[in-house]
Amino acid sequence: MSTGVPAAAIDAPRFRALTSVRATGAAGVVSAIVVVAATFVAVFGPLLAPYDPELPNLDLAWIGPTGGHLLGFDVQGRDVLSRLLVGAQTSMLGPLVVVIISMITGVLLAIVAAWRRGAADAVISSGLDILFAFPGILLAVLATAVFGAGLPAAAIALSLAYMPYVARVLRGAAFRERSQPYVAALEVQGASATSICLRHLIPNTLPLIVAQATILFGYAMIDLAAISFLGLGVQPPRPDWGVMISENQTGIVQGYPLPALAPGLCIVAVVVAVNVLGERLFEQAQTARG
Amino acid sequence: MLLVSLLVASFLIFAAMYLAPGNPVAALSGGRSLPPSSLRVLEQRYHLNAPFFAQYWYWLDNVLHGNLGISITLRENVSTLIASRIWTTAGLVLYSSVLILVFGIGMGLVAGLRPGMLDTSTVIITAISAAIPAFVAAIVLILLFAVKLGWFPAIGNGTGLVDNIRHLTLPALALAVSSLAIVARVTRASVREEGEREHVQTAVSRGIPARQLIRRHVLRNAAIPITTIAGITIASLIAVAAVVETAFSLNGLGAYLVQAAQSKDLAVVQGISLLLVTAFVVVNLLVDMLYAWLDPRVSLGSRAT
Repeated sequence: MSTGVPAAAIDAPRFRALTSVRATGAAGVVSAIVVVAATFVAVFGPLLAPYDPELPNLDLAWIGPTGGHLLGFDVQGRDVLSRLLVGAQTSMLGPLVVVIISMITGVLLAIVAAWRRGAADAVISSGLDILFAFPGILLAVLATAVFGAGLPAAAIALSLAYMPYVARVLRGAAFRERSQPYVAALEVQGASATSICLRHLIPNTLPLIVAQATILFGYAMIDLAAISFLGLGVQPPRPDWGVMISENQTGIVQGYPLPALAPGLCIVAVVVAVNVLGERLFEQAQTARG
Repeated sequence: MLLVSLLVASFLIFAAMYLAPGNPVAALSGGRSLPPSSLRVLEQRYHLNAPFFAQYWYWLDNVLHGNLGISITLRENVSTLIASRIWTTAGLVLYSSVLILVFGIGMGLVAGLRPGMLDTSTVIITAISAAIPAFVAAIVLILLFAVKLGWFPAIGNGTGLVDNIRHLTLPALALAVSSLAIVARVTRASVREEGEREHVQTAVSRGIPARQLIRRHVLRNAAIPITTIAGITIASLIAVAAVVETAFSLNGLGAYLVQAAQSKDLAVVQGISLLLVTAFVVVNLLVDMLYAWLDPRVSLGSRAT
């Protein structure tokens, strides 16, 4: 790769690889469909829901699937399908927020560490090492104990817990990119550090960033649903897939498993799909780099 | 490094609780209004008027002497409350770790060494089970093995060793499922990778017996990534145990932490978080040591990038 070629020309194939999820095999296609469908429901869920997801009617509690109610009723006699559709919103938006915050902070720290090296790198790396001491769920429980139960506190705490993992992976990639001859060439030409980082370093590590974000989304979804399951995240009666599982857990023992199993299946489906896509993206990022 | 991590972690935990909204006097008195004289006694005993860093110092001093304060809701020593619950959590995490090591590595080895149908199905099954959150695994296991088959109890701790193990079986499985799948996948991938290495292929062509080859060249090298992933996943069980304990109504530390967080029983939250962070850091350190022992190229302190 000669430095005489404009950077845009070098990057073009990588961007094509990113924007078009190559349909290699059925698993990739199915996964892409699942993710698109889940995103669609997360955006339009409230419009699609046939009934009020928060309207209880104890006379209907635990009634199985009937004509107009495809998935039946939950512990409080609410329409399970409607709650599932509306619940997609917090279940998908929460992880998205976590991914965005942890990616932005993580990438920023990684780039600063790789660019400044020396003392700045040492401070950032040891700071991250300390954050590694807090498992995500524990940090989220701590945050909700201090700031009160709710999605915002849990999401911010999880972002903090994920940040060191993001920063560690990208720090390595940024270091490799920093030592490329083109960076030195640009510096000699007088380009500013900010412009080199924004226009070259970040775009060139973008495939890895996107792959990392995709994998992280799955983890964030599981952890946030767990927090809501514990009663520390999204608060009932608001529908959320994690909340629905904890509400309807009694149904498992009483012989009405569907209202708890349905949101569980949704979580697993989205996480599997995201993982499959994330692994593909990682492979592509590796081959693009090699 | 370990001590620095713990010190900073303890400081963060203390600072978080210090910043938490709510009046500590009101918490100590249980909401009753007290005469000024008793207020002063309380303020003095708990150093409530001392500056922030002095308060941290008093707290740390107490913690190091095993005094974690008093639970507001249960009016008991936090240390006593923790001691009565620690074995449930420790047992659960240990049981789960054994399942992960035995079945995760076992499945991975079988799949990695024997390509074919078994391998393909392992890949598919583990891809799905790696994505199953512990609480979803919990409800599915309860449905299958407690409700439908009746082999194991659905909730509670049980009494006596055998009964305890019986009660912990489903929770341990629920806790293990996703980590087990991840360990199996990494084991399979690294066995496969090592098997394709040049020196192994050369040894194959020279007619070295397969058994010896696998033990000496494949497993020894594959042990390094396997140890890393097993260590990371087992350390993460310490926090996820809270979810499983809640799902199975087990009387463990994690479930107690969650209750304390809901009722804002901050002394309990502090105590348990500190303990869990310590356990997490210690397990990670042990893994690092094991790692250095397995791979002499890695010396402690300098991390491979």
